[in-house]
Amino acid sequence: MSGALDVLSVGPGVSLQDLGRPGYLAQGLSRGGAADTLALAEGAALLQQPLTTAIEMGGFGGRFRATRDLRIALSGATMRVTLDGAPLAWASSHVMPAGALLEIGGALEGVYGYLTVGGGFDTPRLLGAQGAHLAAGLGRALQEGDTLALGPDSGTAVGMELDVAPRFSGGLLRVLPSLQTDLFSEETRARFEQEAFTRDTRGNRMGLRLLPSGAGFSLEGGQSILSEVIAPGDIQIPGDGAPYILMSECQTTGGYPRMGTVIPADLPRVAQAAPGAEIRFAFVTRAQALAAEASDRSARAQLAARVRPRIRDLWRMTDLLSYTLISGVTDGKDNA
Amino acid sequence: MRLKALGSKGGTRHASLKPCLSGAGFGRPRQQTGAGQGGASPRPNRRLWTAPRARGPLRHMTQDPAFPRLDPVGLDGLLVRFADHLSEPANRAALALRASLSRDTPTGVEEVTTSLVSTLLRFDPLGVDLETLSARIRQRLAEQDWYAAPLPEGRRLVTLPTCYAPEVAPEIAEASEVAGLGVEEAVQSLSEAQVRVTALGFAPGQPYLGTLPEVWDIPRQAGLTPKVPKGALVVAIRQFVLFSVSAPTGWRHVGQTLAPLFRAEAAQPFLLRPGDEVRFPEIDLSRFRALQAAGQDGVTAEPLT
Repeated sequence: MSGALDVLSVGPGVSLQDLGRPGYLAQGLSRGGAADTLALAEGAALLQQPLTTAIEMGGFGGRFRATRDLRIALSGATMRVTLDGAPLAWASSHVMPAGALLEIGGALEGVYGYLTVGGGFDTPRLLGAQGAHLAAGLGRALQEGDTLALGPDSGTAVGMELDVAPRFSGGLLRVLPSLQTDLFSEETRARFEQEAFTRDTRGNRMGLRLLPSGAGFSLEGGQSILSEVIAPGDIQIPGDGAPYILMSECQTTGGYPRMGTVIPADLPRVAQAAPGAEIRFAFVTRAQALAAEASDRSARAQLAARVRPRIRDLWRMTDLLSYTLISGVTDGKDNA
Repeated sequence: MRLKALGSKGGTRHASLKPCLSGAGFGRPRQQTGAGQGGASPRPNRRLWTAPRARGPLRHMTQDPAFPRLDPVGLDGLLVRFADHLSEPANRAALALRASLSRDTPTGVEEVTTSLVSTLLRFDPLGVDLETLSARIRQRLAEQDWYAAPLPEGRRLVTLPTCYAPEVAPEIAEASEVAGLGVEEAVQSLSEAQVRVTALGFAPGQPYLGTLPEVWDIPRQAGLTPKVPKGALVVAIRQFVLFSVSAPTGWRHVGQTLAPLFRAEAAQPFLLRPGDEVRFPEIDLSRFRALQAAGQDGVTAEPLT
């Protein structure tokens, strides 16, 4: 064991997450995994390491302390964060010295923040993965008093930052038609693209509810459909007429008609839409969706190369005098 | 009884999977009543439930030419549908195609699963294009009569002792009434039925089981039962669902088992597999409580040959 991260206190929606467990759909187990997988990739890039299991924090973080010096990265929804009382930059990597207190508070924008550690966690695997699948009862949310074993860390990158794709306030979601799209009338489909929706307060890792700005949506004539496979991104129209977008811990089959499916590249935007965020939809063609997928994969592959050393905010450095900032003559144009 | 002797050509292989006889009331439209996210809601049967056919010339007389049909679902899914309503041959076809695709997996396919009457392929959309994959699947479909394919290998008869007492099965009386049976008659019918796992879905290890005698073609409740416990046996539309988690449902809670459907830490985490046959013999409340107190479930399984 290479040290541990102690959980001193924690919000209700905090759990270990990774890319989930593909391969169990036939047994009724959805893949699960991080709500915003792009944020997992960003965390890994900031530490210049392969993608690992990270702590996902839904809405609120917690207080953490490590038994050894630890490299950490903060990604996803921006949250209030201090290390021994001093503010830290989000979308950045930092050193967290042994014994220092890391305090992560509420989300300032977006929903899911991520704490990635150098070397990842050395926690047990269940059905091939370390992350929790809360809806399936696989693993559980983190609790006060938990001690998470740390993996060995051979990396050194720290003090890095990354410009992240904006995705924390809803916006336009690209949608492919699905099995039941054609069962909705042309007028209903047109209205679905024209009107704005508000992200309801009801939402979790299984899915989130949207409030229509006008009348609810429904199939004409109260048709019912055969229970069929469902997947993350599907937009179900339940009996109350309020669209419900499925997320990573969704069930594997469902009997509600689907208006369409949000393309994978836009799922982080779905996950990070906080209650009250405005969401709109636009149907795209398969060719457009494939182009978006290729572009999204390429952007993820380039994250590690786009990371750069952070320029420090000097006025925030309380220990300024401990640094040897100037050891010679400068031209007066340097900032540090 | 609403039985009319229709459409029972071809031998049935399972007493519990007799041809669905079209009867008064079976074809009436049902309102979606909302069984939690994604409760099963088979559409009203517009055709007969056709019997599992002997392989041979009968197949083209009953098979809908619109099926099997292929449709993309999302960016990375290809769905092969064998029917638009639950039928034994279509369920059999879906299971057999999955088995075939799992043995000999086309390039780019990452996972194959089934629902009641369809097979889903999840693939890498940038690794293989939809047209190429669809052509390969059509080729595979042309190789044999999937509606008469053998059921998956390694099937078992699993017996799950079930308590139908109202103390743990609060909707048994109501369900019996809707089915037009006395409670005793209803319990006898449910506890003697042998049903097949048509699919696992909704929650981990959770089976859809069919099909019950036609008298159990009862609609879902208008409202939702806020929560049934793990192990709850619920009924509607000639099917059982056995809950692997505690969840809300629009189906009626008619029995309670101690079945460990999903154990994440076990070597075999899932008790049931699609194609397994299942029975729910009655145990009384004291036996149920005794098993529960002893931490036992009474489950037995034997191979079917």
